[in-house]
Amino acid sequence: MFHKTKSALFLVALLATGTANAQTNCGATTGRVNIVGNEFPAIRSVAAQAARCQTGSLTVRSNLTANHQRINLAGMQGNPAEYTSAIVATSSIVELINNNVLRPLDALVAAHGADIPRNQLITIDGRIMAVAFMANSQHLVYRKDILAQVGAEPPKTYEEMIRIGRTLRERGILRNPIGGAYQAGWNLAQEFVNMYIGHGGEFFRPGTPEVAINNAQGIAALNTMKALSELMNPDFLTHDSNATSAEWRAGNVAMMNMWGSRTGVLMQREGNQPQVADNTTVGAPMTVGGGRIPATTLWWDGWTVARNVSDEDARATFLALKHGTSHALLNAETMGQAVWMIAGYQPAPVNKGVMDTMAMGAKPYPMLPYMGLLHTALGDGIAPFLQGRKDAATTLADIEAAYRTAARERGFLR
Amino acid sequence: MRHAVFLRFFLPTALAMLTFIALPIVSVLVQSVYAPHERVVVEVENCTPFGCTKSTVIDQEATRKLQEERPLGRFVGGDIYADRSHLAFGEIGQAWRGAETWADFGRRVMTLPFYKALAFTLTYMLFVTPLSIMLGFCVALAVNALPRMLRGPTIFFSLLPMIVTPLVGALILFWMVDSRGIIGSAVQWLAGDDDLSLKASTPLTWIMLIVYGTWSTAPFAFVVYYAGLQTVPQDTLESAMLDGATRWHRIRYIVLPHLLPLTTFMFLIKIMDNFRVFEPIVSFNAGAHAQSLSYFIYSDLAGETRLLSSAAATSVLTVAGVLVLLSPVLVRTWRQFGKA
Repeated sequence: MFHKTKSALFLVALLATGTANAQTNCGATTGRVNIVGNEFPAIRSVAAQAARCQTGSLTVRSNLTANHQRINLAGMQGNPAEYTSAIVATSSIVELINNNVLRPLDALVAAHGADIPRNQLITIDGRIMAVAFMANSQHLVYRKDILAQVGAEPPKTYEEMIRIGRTLRERGILRNPIGGAYQAGWNLAQEFVNMYIGHGGEFFRPGTPEVAINNAQGIAALNTMKALSELMNPDFLTHDSNATSAEWRAGNVAMMNMWGSRTGVLMQREGNQPQVADNTTVGAPMTVGGGRIPATTLWWDGWTVARNVSDEDARATFLALKHGTSHALLNAETMGQAVWMIAGYQPAPVNKGVMDTMAMGAKPYPMLPYMGLLHTALGDGIAPFLQGRKDAATTLADIEAAYRTAARERGFLR
Repeated sequence: MRHAVFLRFFLPTALAMLTFIALPIVSVLVQSVYAPHERVVVEVENCTPFGCTKSTVIDQEATRKLQEERPLGRFVGGDIYADRSHLAFGEIGQAWRGAETWADFGRRVMTLPFYKALAFTLTYMLFVTPLSIMLGFCVALAVNALPRMLRGPTIFFSLLPMIVTPLVGALILFWMVDSRGIIGSAVQWLAGDDDLSLKASTPLTWIMLIVYGTWSTAPFAFVVYYAGLQTVPQDTLESAMLDGATRWHRIRYIVLPHLLPLTTFMFLIKIMDNFRVFEPIVSFNAGAHAQSLSYFIYSDLAGETRLLSSAAATSVLTVAGVLVLLSPVLVRTWRQFGKA
């Protein structure tokens, strides 16, 4: 009994010193930190780690939600801003920069961030606007047992993927062997972005907001998507990443292009059929149309500091998030949650896809002020082509027209 | 009631309506004739963990000055209303000049987002409004004819579609009509076509949305009619029965005329509701097959770059649409009750 109490006391003491250490490690003692960001395990871990900097005079709060993009701009426009930091990704930082609500971090990095590796600093026009902490991308995920049944190697190109898919269907192994997040809207547009980059296309005339997707690469991208969709569940236009994962878990799909951050849960025995969990394998992203650059995009997630907050709060935010994404974050539980850009990170097999994407020289998602408008126009405009109601050229012309209308309204085009 | 008393009674309501309904509509109107300032974009170099690339950003200094001078944005008048995403006058003109037949003209117009959405919105409204009212009426008659003991539980079950949160109700149906769900598989089996999918076909999606709309809104008509049925004068019904009127005769000549004001009221409410159809499209992920005006407002505001002016213009057009649709009913009601 006495022994138990003693060890419990020892544990409490250990925890107390642990917390005390965490507090002193952050370097900030006063201020207000309020983080807004997307909601998935990796970001939850970062916010929890940053919250360890909390002291009596330093408050650290966070609001993590899938709807973060609908509230982060409004929450940073006031003065003082409600949110002192937004956790953003390659595409969602653009609207915050467009509206000038982010604080350039050069002074804070110089004063407190000398140890942050240079390549993690996101610089725009020479000014540091964000600090990246993880990488993500879409890449091949396949069932090694099903591919072995037809003696196929994992596909390196989309053409191979389609060929293997047709074989699987013809042999009656799977009716719809290919999966993909083709839900009309953001997901479908993202797949076009991948495919168009894979075909070597450029979205805009260089340096201008003039859209230029109605070309041979655009048509080729659409045709590849159509060939893939013919091997998918007929409901593909309603399938987002979650529904695609559900099809995968049900064992209905043999190959798909899926986000690295969403693949780990498919490989765990917990919640999956052993047949699916044990045979789900991660591969490199595929190329298309004889291109060298993989048909995918690289994404980073990073943290920012709001412009409209006091210098004290900005400093506290910077230090809390620096701690939130420091080596102290990594443990057995968090290690596999993402491809962390943190010293001491050990890639797990599930992270191979994203590592390969970086190694193969994939392009980052375009960080342009008007890319969001094109993404929306693509998401609304591609479905009629895949349904066979419009030809490729008309589809692309209509998407360009929809983009121009929106870009004129937002003042990018005259 | 004396005017002064009435005014005091009505004042809080009037204030609330002014603050929460009238002022926002005015604000939306203003928003729809202004657009964000023209953006000066400059070419810069961006560096990320994946290397440096040439890119463009908005020149904040140049934009800020414009913003401070005119915080509302630039005045564009009716430009947003006339653009391709809304009334698309230019594109309609082109289609008119380029089309050889009426069918060709119709096909061209239907590629424009606003008219495509209008087509679905009106179809949905034209089917769901009468169908849900008729279904509600039939259920009310049936429940009214039941022995008293059974009425309570039956009423509860008839109300379920309305009690279940719309999103949840729609999601349950969404999974049932999935090509691997119970209804989806049943339809495939009936049609003898394994590739048939309710969610992949535009006409079937429309039918599904209309059936869902009717199912989920019929309880409202049922409740109103059931309450109305309790007020039908029993003497008249009994004397009709003595005169040898059948059940159908009694419904046709006594019950229906008695409930006419209720029916008018319900048509008003339902037309308004159905013209703003939104939830079914979102919860059935049906955006690829069916869009409505409300869905446009949602997608303008939910995109990575928000289109406030476009959403405002669509809102104003929706209000205008409701007014146009309601005008015959309103005029009729005015004539009927205004005289009294």
